[in-house]
Amino acid sequence: MARAGRGGGRAAVTLREHVPSEAQRRRSAYRHRQTVHSVLVAAGSTAALGTLLVVALTGAPGWDRVRQSFLDPAIARDALPAVLGGLWLNVRLLVCCAVGALVLGLVIAVLRTLRGPIFFPVRALAAGYTYTFRGLPLIIVLYVLTLGVPGLRLQGMPPALVLGGLALVLTYGGYLAEVFRAGIESVHPSQLAAARSLGLTYRQTMRHVVLPQAVRRVAPPLLNDVVALQKDVGLVSLAGPIDAVRAAQIATAQTFNYTPYIVAGVLFVLLAIPLIAVTDWVTLRAARRQSGG
Amino acid sequence: MASSSRLLALTLAGAVVVATAGCAPQKEPTPTVTAPSCAKDSLPTRTPGKLTIATDQPAYEPWFAKDKPDNGEGFESAVAYAVAEKLGYARADVAWTRVKFDTAIAPGPKAFDFDINQFSITDERKRAVDFSAPYYLVRQTVIALKSSKIAGRKSLAELRDARLGAQVGTTSHQAIVDVLKPTSKPQVYNSNDDAKKALQNGQIDGLVVDLPTAFYITGAELTDATIVGQVPQVGAPEAFGLLLDKNSPLTPCVTGAVGQLTEAGTLKQLEEKWLAQVAGAAELR
Repeated sequence: MARAGRGGGRAAVTLREHVPSEAQRRRSAYRHRQTVHSVLVAAGSTAALGTLLVVALTGAPGWDRVRQSFLDPAIARDALPAVLGGLWLNVRLLVCCAVGALVLGLVIAVLRTLRGPIFFPVRALAAGYTYTFRGLPLIIVLYVLTLGVPGLRLQGMPPALVLGGLALVLTYGGYLAEVFRAGIESVHPSQLAAARSLGLTYRQTMRHVVLPQAVRRVAPPLLNDVVALQKDVGLVSLAGPIDAVRAAQIATAQTFNYTPYIVAGVLFVLLAIPLIAVTDWVTLRAARRQSGG
Repeated sequence: MASSSRLLALTLAGAVVVATAGCAPQKEPTPTVTAPSCAKDSLPTRTPGKLTIATDQPAYEPWFAKDKPDNGEGFESAVAYAVAEKLGYARADVAWTRVKFDTAIAPGPKAFDFDINQFSITDERKRAVDFSAPYYLVRQTVIALKSSKIAGRKSLAELRDARLGAQVGTTSHQAIVDVLKPTSKPQVYNSNDDAKKALQNGQIDGLVVDLPTAFYITGAELTDATIVGQVPQVGAPEAFGLLLDKNSPLTPCVTGAVGQLTEAGTLKQLEEKWLAQVAGAAELR
């Protein structure tokens, strides 16, 4: 840059075409060679690794049998409608449970950060909840809520699907509450002090100063948990409803071919890609903001 | 000193010989090459002139009645006597013996001519024992709580509005989808235990299981449940066969007798009488 500037100074007088120095030409030629070299090396190593993987996979003695039982296009086509039908249940359940768990998590986190001796029982309950439901395996919560609670035979018992959704909200609410709490506690105490000295009440401070910063800071891990939730909502199928994985299991039992599972797996990845992309974008934006860009 | 050690060696050698003889493979009966004569007199039964039939102790209802196989009551007892009759044995010529289920399907000498104890015919078991032709093809059955709205319904059409459940990947689930075709989606469970819980909770009206399981559930596990009825045959059903010793010379004769009973419709009648009427698993049409 500095050299070009000096050349530019002379050009202002004579408008002579810029001729890079001998050293500069050698330097750019070297850089060009280096670039070509690295592209070639990268292409070569990728091709070598790819070939190695393909050869190792297709050359394996059992490859033909694996391909038949896991990658059969005809069976994939037959299973697709049923698996897609199941996936629709996953999507609806995911949206409801994600919203529910985020709200529950936020409420619990705020309750856990309440100060003052009068709120001790609230804090204790909230802490007890996060301890219990983070420790309890999801599948057990699901069993208790979907097959245990209906045994009470109360009036107006919701269907298994709703109870299963509740189990997911309870379990994931526990995780999200801790993420929110970490965010709230990461806001520097000086922010609170500044807000209070401006005359804001505790509630106003939380609402306008602490939570906006906290939520922004923990957005990436929150979305990460939502991606994890996406895979776990299907566990509701143990109470009867048919989700994508269950639909694949049924198709597999009919044909004794595992291709439907692969179909379900691919659909799950496709479903996760937008969520993961949003997570990455949010993370990047947060990092940029924090570095004052 | 020297002689005593020689004596010891001799004793040892003798012991080895005896042990080896003890471990030698037992002679297995060789399959009869010539077309077997199935006349009563030429049948090589354990006790000549008598037919020894085995089952487990206790023998459960409705396959047997009152744990007395020799009373001719219950589906399997009736089938056993029908087969015996076809082979030419009068009721008095039939002797019953008790053999544990696991002992019967294990390889080794058998204390019976054939065993009848709800043995499913599988290729794995065929390596250790012989099976006759199937005398019963397992049917799918709808069970419900006695208090349920579908208890007492008589036809497939009446079950259209029922919420039905089954274990995943079973013929029972296939029966719901292919035959019962209820208007609401079938509920699918990881195991029959989960499905039974859902049935108890009233989350499903009816549970589809195979008939032997239905008898067990309604008889021993959920005593407040009852059999609604049997579903028409679907898929590749499990088949029950009479169990005989591996390569038993009786196998072709017993298979022949079962085949005749199937053709004559006797087995169908016995199934109708003992499973549908007496045991209350009516046919859903």
